[in-house]
Amino acid sequence: MLFRRRRRLTPLGVLGRGLSFAVCFALVTLALKGHGAILPEDRTDVMYHAYDGGGLKVDGPSVLIRKAYKDKFSVWGNYYVDLISSASIDVVTTASPYSERRDEVSVGLDYLQGTTFMGLAYTSSEESDYSANALNFGISHDFFGDLTTVGISYARGWDEVRRNGDDLFAEDAKRQSYRVDLSQIITKNFIVNLNYEAVTDEGFLNNPYRQVRYFDPNSTRGYSYEPELYPRTRTSSATAVRGMYYLPYRASLKADYRYYSDSWGIKGWNAEVAYVHPLTDNLVLEGKYRYYSQTGADFYADLFPYSESQNFRARDKELATYFNHTVGAGVSYQFNMPWISFLKRGELNLFVDYMMFDYKDFNDLRVTGFAPGEEPSYNFNSVVVRAFISFYY
Amino acid sequence: MKLLFKAVSVVAFVGALGGCGSMELKPWVSPYERNNLADPIMSFNRAPVSVAYLHHVHQAREGARGAEGGGGGGCGCN
Repeated sequence: MLFRRRRRLTPLGVLGRGLSFAVCFALVTLALKGHGAILPEDRTDVMYHAYDGGGLKVDGPSVLIRKAYKDKFSVWGNYYVDLISSASIDVVTTASPYSERRDEVSVGLDYLQGTTFMGLAYTSSEESDYSANALNFGISHDFFGDLTTVGISYARGWDEVRRNGDDLFAEDAKRQSYRVDLSQIITKNFIVNLNYEAVTDEGFLNNPYRQVRYFDPNSTRGYSYEPELYPRTRTSSATAVRGMYYLPYRASLKADYRYYSDSWGIKGWNAEVAYVHPLTDNLVLEGKYRYYSQTGADFYADLFPYSESQNFRARDKELATYFNHTVGAGVSYQFNMPWISFLKRGELNLFVDYMMFDYKDFNDLRVTGFAPGEEPSYNFNSVVVRAFISFYY
Repeated sequence: MKLLFKAVSVVAFVGALGGCGSMELKPWVSPYERNNLADPIMSFNRAPVSVAYLHHVHQAREGARGAEGGGGGGCGCN
């Protein structure tokens, strides 16, 4: 424990956390397959990840091991850790800095039969006040001379939300995800993906620590706090289109766009372009730009007019109206290890992203001397690092 | 006007389907033409552990969720 804890705020956000990695990894499993019926390559990745921005630091290791058997099955496992120390704006204005650890284990089995590929994955994560479990099943099939791949997947998650310092508090959240993927080779240099995913949540969906503020003329600072309260259901849909083009020289250009909406009134979209350029056979450089924008939830407000002024109340900045820009760069270096007979090759990778967040209706309460609601809007920048080594065998 | 547009669209779509049948649409990119698609730089998920982590960051910091990542890429040359 680096800091004395008074009241805790979950830095990663309760929203969608239970399914996040289960969905990601199971879908990565499907995505890994690539076009044409082949199992993913045997590999081991050892990664150090770090997020630093807005007073929040999260870092830790992630290890992924994958091995195929008899060209039919491929099993994989991932161990992932978040080491968190938070003095984010929520924490410094309504709670105390704290440190936390989250451990996550995922296992999966892929099966290939002809041009049909199936993946089953289970994920479990644990931290002091949150447990999440999720199961994911996906199947995809190649058609039309392997130019077209259609996949569907389903995920179900069971979360338990607890509150540190309150042994009587325990709530459940259930999550389901339905996804359809279409991948199409357009030309010998151009491939396109279409994805649609619907997610439904039911249960305790807000943060047991987070507060909303309301106008209070009896308070010396002009406002007071009360617990946030979210609806107990949420349904969202997201549609994405992605394309990748092989340039006339050896390099690739990627572009993607996603549109999102949900029953809480959030509408968002993001777009990204990336360029991958091999300098030599062993050295690959990559650069990207990403833009994300969203409108706030219907029940979000930076300052409510009075206590319990509406049924549902939120002041989570992830539910506010805001946008962010991301620029990123990466380098990969491939090397051979002839002295280790069973290894085909290795790869060193470093990727760094710089994210710039700008909020429209989430005010910076650290600034004093302003009337309630007149504070300047909050903004912050963060650095995201992924450094990893991969071994192929 | 909208109804007319929809009707024309449906007729055009059905016509296109019929046209596809009569043209005997065949795969237009042969396996031996997929060298470029098989290049690792054409993979949407070249490093799964890294891509999954980035999705995790986006899901934690942004309200939107779902339809991340993308399948495909590669050659289909087995």
